[in-house]
Amino acid sequence: MWAIWRREWNGFLNSLVAYIAMVVFLLITGLFIWVFPDYSILEFGYAQLDQLFVIGPWVLMFLVPAVTMRFFSEEKRSGTAELLFTRPVSTTGVVLGKFLAGWALVLFSVLPTLCYVAALYYLAEPVGNLDLGGIAGSYLGLILLGGVFAGIGTWASAVTEHPVVSFVLGVFLCFFMYAAFDSLRFLPLPNTALLVIEQLGIGAHFESMSKGVVDLRDLVYFASVAMFFLFWTRTVLDQRT
Amino acid sequence: MSIVVNNLTRHYGAQKAVDALSFEVRSGQVVGLLGPNGAGKSTTMKMLTSYLKPDGGSALVGGKDVEKESLEVRRLLGYLPESNPLYTDMYVREYLLSVAAFYQLDNPHRRVEKMIEQTGLGPESHKRIVQLSKGYRQRVGLAQALVHDPRVLILDEPTSGLDPNQLVGIRELIMGLASDKTVLLSTHILQEVEWMCPRVLIIHKGRLVADDTIQNLRSRIGNGGLEVEWDREPDWNQLASLSGVRALNRRTAQSCVLEAGEGVDLSAAVFDWSVAQGLRVVRMEKPAAKDLESVFRELTAARPQNLPA
Repeated sequence: MWAIWRREWNGFLNSLVAYIAMVVFLLITGLFIWVFPDYSILEFGYAQLDQLFVIGPWVLMFLVPAVTMRFFSEEKRSGTAELLFTRPVSTTGVVLGKFLAGWALVLFSVLPTLCYVAALYYLAEPVGNLDLGGIAGSYLGLILLGGVFAGIGTWASAVTEHPVVSFVLGVFLCFFMYAAFDSLRFLPLPNTALLVIEQLGIGAHFESMSKGVVDLRDLVYFASVAMFFLFWTRTVLDQRT
Repeated sequence: MSIVVNNLTRHYGAQKAVDALSFEVRSGQVVGLLGPNGAGKSTTMKMLTSYLKPDGGSALVGGKDVEKESLEVRRLLGYLPESNPLYTDMYVREYLLSVAAFYQLDNPHRRVEKMIEQTGLGPESHKRIVQLSKGYRQRVGLAQALVHDPRVLILDEPTSGLDPNQLVGIRELIMGLASDKTVLLSTHILQEVEWMCPRVLIIHKGRLVADDTIQNLRSRIGNGGLEVEWDREPDWNQLASLSGVRALNRRTAQSCVLEAGEGVDLSAAVFDWSVAQGLRVVRMEKPAAKDLESVFRELTAARPQNLPA
């Protein structure tokens, strides 16, 4: 598993994908937090990082499928899958290795934004007047959300030989999991049903974490959605023709 | 480390790619798997390497079941797939190290350097794989199959698409590196089998049609015989009873092909007999001895089953 992780990760570093992802994430979130007047903290005047956690998921929604899109699709297309699956690693190991490389890239992109937290810490009046608990919870939520996206992206790359198809599929599924269930709350359904539907989406759980409360239920939710897609990936990959 | 294949079967949809195939390769043997395109060679190899699951039957590599103990099997064998797939954007050394990482080797760096040296990749080892010629890529493919010093080697058309010089190089490389290993290699270049494999398995439409040494396969077909033409019709019965003649096939009223046993030359006897009979020999020629190619064609053309054994 680590052999695969290492190869993918080195691939990210060598092809500059990792750095580009990091810079893009930093740049987009940075623009929203500090520059665009409609959103900027400096204009807004409150020492909070909400913008980062509103924009972050939308950036990851494109970034993560973009880096995971060639995980398996490329291997299938070039025939290297045949060698990959005759190495002494279980399919689970292969899937996990790739997934963890994708997730590591999420961390690599998200963690540099901690410098925004530091900047805000000193900008606050008085210094340090910041909801650090909320921010920590939001970071955890963002990273877990990135993990779910990486799981979705890994799955999307396994079901097709075409990286572009995988990308589009991945983006759509990430969007669906993140936002669609929230939008369903306008359906004419009984309240309990709506509550259940809302809980199916990533949005509700991400929101609850950004309040700074780390609820076991949210952790279980993120883990199980990611695992669901990884299991599915394994099933898809085990069906070789 | 032997390979034992028992009633192995695999379908692609309704089509049977491998049909109740059984054979055995003993430890240390080099065996050639031969067959026309689509005969099921690659499918068989994919099942042996546990890439594909068999639909029926079983296969053991080194005593391990390819389905139930697939990880052990994968550790035992080195595999070079037909298309020699490689991560072309990686550097040669980087790629080999990334392969070695799968096998828990004691000293992967030293092993990779040794492979680079043995496969003659030294001058190319600093390049990206995409920059290499086909011959060198094939060497990289062999190096990745051999990096963990496997006991069993499965090579799917290791020399396809190479020019004659590269071909000789790769062939010698395989013979050199595989001396202590059990090797199953597929090919449709027949001279290659004559060179490398003492034993040949010929499969056709997923079934085994021959399993023999090259010498036996040749003698099974005969040595090509002797074609003779006279100025008038000879006495066929007398001719057929001539000592050394195994079979007589008439071509025209005045000519025939005589078949002799292995190593028997009929030409002098037939000539003397003709003179004694007062016949004039108009033409006498030995068709080139039947090579493996005609054996192969004969076995895989008309009758896919029932080997003439």
